[in-house]
Amino acid sequence: MAVAAHAVPHAAHPPTSTGLNSRKMLFWAFLGSECMFFGSLIATYLVYRGRDQVGPHPHEIFSIPFTSFSAFVLLMSSLTMVLALAAIQRGDQKKGSLWLAATALLGMTFVGGQCYEFTEFFYKGLHLQTNLFGSTFFVLTGFHGTHVTVGVIWLWTLFTLAVRGKIPKEKALDVEIAGLYWHFVDIVWIAIFTLVYLIQ
Amino acid sequence: MTTTTAPVAAPAATHEAGSPSGLWSWLTTVDHKRIGVLYGVTAFIFFLIGGIEATLMRIQLAKPENTFVSPDVFNQLFTMHGTTMIFLAIMPLSASFFNFLVPLMIGARDVAFPRLNAFSYWVYLFGALFINASFFLGGAPNTGWFGYSNLTSSQFSPGHGVDFWAVGLQILGIASLAAGFNFIITIVNMRAPGMKLMRMPVFVWMTLVTSFLIILAFPVITVALVFLLFDRLTGTNFFQPAMGADPVLWQHLFWLFGHPEVYILILPAMGIVSEVLPTFSRKPLFGYPVVVYSGIFIGFMGWGVWSHHMFAVGLGPIADSFFALSTMLIAIPTGVKIFNWIATMWGGRVELKTAMLFAVGFISMFIMGGLSGFMHASPPADLQQTDTYFVVAHIHYVLFGGSMMGIFAGLYYWFPKMTGRMLDERLGKAHFWLTLIGMNVTFFPMHFVGLLGMPRRVYTYAPNMGFDAMNMMSTIGVFGIILALLFFIANVLKSRASGKPAGNDPWGGSTLEWAISSPPPPHNFGTIPTVHSLDPLWAKDGAEITRTAGQVRGPIHMPPGSIWPLVAALGMTMLMSGMVFGWYVGIPGLVIMLTGLYSWSFEPCD
Repeated sequence: MAVAAHAVPHAAHPPTSTGLNSRKMLFWAFLGSECMFFGSLIATYLVYRGRDQVGPHPHEIFSIPFTSFSAFVLLMSSLTMVLALAAIQRGDQKKGSLWLAATALLGMTFVGGQCYEFTEFFYKGLHLQTNLFGSTFFVLTGFHGTHVTVGVIWLWTLFTLAVRGKIPKEKALDVEIAGLYWHFVDIVWIAIFTLVYLIQ
Repeated sequence: MTTTTAPVAAPAATHEAGSPSGLWSWLTTVDHKRIGVLYGVTAFIFFLIGGIEATLMRIQLAKPENTFVSPDVFNQLFTMHGTTMIFLAIMPLSASFFNFLVPLMIGARDVAFPRLNAFSYWVYLFGALFINASFFLGGAPNTGWFGYSNLTSSQFSPGHGVDFWAVGLQILGIASLAAGFNFIITIVNMRAPGMKLMRMPVFVWMTLVTSFLIILAFPVITVALVFLLFDRLTGTNFFQPAMGADPVLWQHLFWLFGHPEVYILILPAMGIVSEVLPTFSRKPLFGYPVVVYSGIFIGFMGWGVWSHHMFAVGLGPIADSFFALSTMLIAIPTGVKIFNWIATMWGGRVELKTAMLFAVGFISMFIMGGLSGFMHASPPADLQQTDTYFVVAHIHYVLFGGSMMGIFAGLYYWFPKMTGRMLDERLGKAHFWLTLIGMNVTFFPMHFVGLLGMPRRVYTYAPNMGFDAMNMMSTIGVFGIILALLFFIANVLKSRASGKPAGNDPWGGSTLEWAISSPPPPHNFGTIPTVHSLDPLWAKDGAEITRTAGQVRGPIHMPPGSIWPLVAALGMTMLMSGMVFGWYVGIPGLVIMLTGLYSWSFEPCD
């Protein structure tokens, strides 16, 4: 949404009051809000940790090597995201679209890993309803997975645009904002992986 | 709201002054002034609905052992009264002022994201309709506006009432969040040249603080409601004590949202009063920076007091002491503001117009609410008062005597700007005095009834407990308030039919909105003013700003209307209401929402 454009005559187009782009600022505010969202989810998980009378308990079913690999995949997707943005900013939409696709594929790998993990936990007897661990774990990581999925859809949308040559250098901000979201989702996973998986 | 071209590339299309009319133009409008009017009218209707709910409760409580409504209906009434007044009336009434005034006050042509703004309104409207539909679809929620766990569990609240409540609040939360983001960016990034942060009107400052509270507090209740809905719909254990869960978690999450929410409700009214008092005292606001910093301090401190709603839970002496102290501390910036307002009037040429009367009424009634609030900041006192009518008296002194009086002050002050016509002063004064007397007759006795031990949220009481006469008095007072509102409605209708034309600046105000015509043209300012002081129209160059603000020099770009915010809002409401109605509403909702969002993202908006 073009921002200051509506506010000023065509010829004189002064920058915004702060000089920062409004859409980017909106996105930072959104991420602040998201911090409170995931903060509440993670806090609930921590408050309820260790209260269960019935299993399965975390240490019985977590596979740290497997989830470490997923986390590595997601972290690498941040790298490809940076490369995608760099390419788009250079005006290289071909490379940009490739890196966007790579980011989306890595994201899909992560979500696939999460589906596999959820299924495995399910067959090991951990359901949403089994105990507090099941409820808090599935809802917390499920919301994170949903965020990654939304990001993947967003990335494929950008990929489609870039392939058709519709993200020139001037519109690099569209990719930058998607990148902000993507890195945020990544950082949240670092918090979840540390607090939920590593510190049991 | 995602992809658009860079602003500079906008094709040159000049819009003629004068607004298009017709239903379609309202459905597709992205004009902040129209959205403000939509918010105001809708919220006022819900204010009346919430008032009817209150009236029915008061009739039930007029005499002991009354059978006017059944206990179950009474539970629905107090739940929906609280929910309606907070989420469907006062918050959107404040949003109405944010919308109409903030861009005008900072010298902008619209908010930063006009279509997102329209989206906020439509989500609010659909969410409000959804939550009220519960009355006709098997019974409204009946667990109180705070929905304490585990009364809200499927076991104790079968039926769909609580589902409607939880899903409805989720939908309304999205509307508030979208508006919160929008106003933060608008205020930070869209100010006229020269309008530094410390030259912004106090109302704009309070909007900014409120918006930050909204975007940080609503995610917390979103999570709480997610847990509740998971518990009810899929059988999880978030609030199941049998599984080791602690229902007090709900209270923490709810009040961690709920206390900032209190300031979300009162800070806008404080902002309004800070604009009205200087104009009618012909004096700049006393101690402007102190008022601003107090507002910011209240915004911060509002996060550290939530457990004073939970003294009766038994959190232990350390938690209770901490929250008692922080609660008492927050009274300081509030008191500072009150002294600043009084000092603003001191020595001024005070004109007691209706707007000013409501502003002074706000101060006096808010002091009363503040004093009773200060009493239950002390845990031992609170243990006596909690869950009695004393607390009901307190909340109504701050929300009705405070927020609503402030909102009425704002309505009388800016109605001429919004419509171009004056309200009648005689009817207005009748409205004010009846409101003041009516609310005191209604709510003052509740202090005593409460201290005598009458519990709130109970549908009746035994005779000869010492509160028969005072309950009757409260009920009579309600009809005073109703009469006052009839005067207000008559006043608005009269003004629409034959009100005196307002002119640009009927009150001699100091802020930028008074420099342009009433109602303002769609583009607000022909020439964006350059601001050199805190009270631009009272400064040396005030006359110059007034002279040039209306002059259009060269083409002005205004965003065209768009139907997609409405489509996206409708789809999202359907998607979320699918949690109650089933997948055959939810899945089409998802499709409609995605259609709306993608069309919105890809439509050219210049």
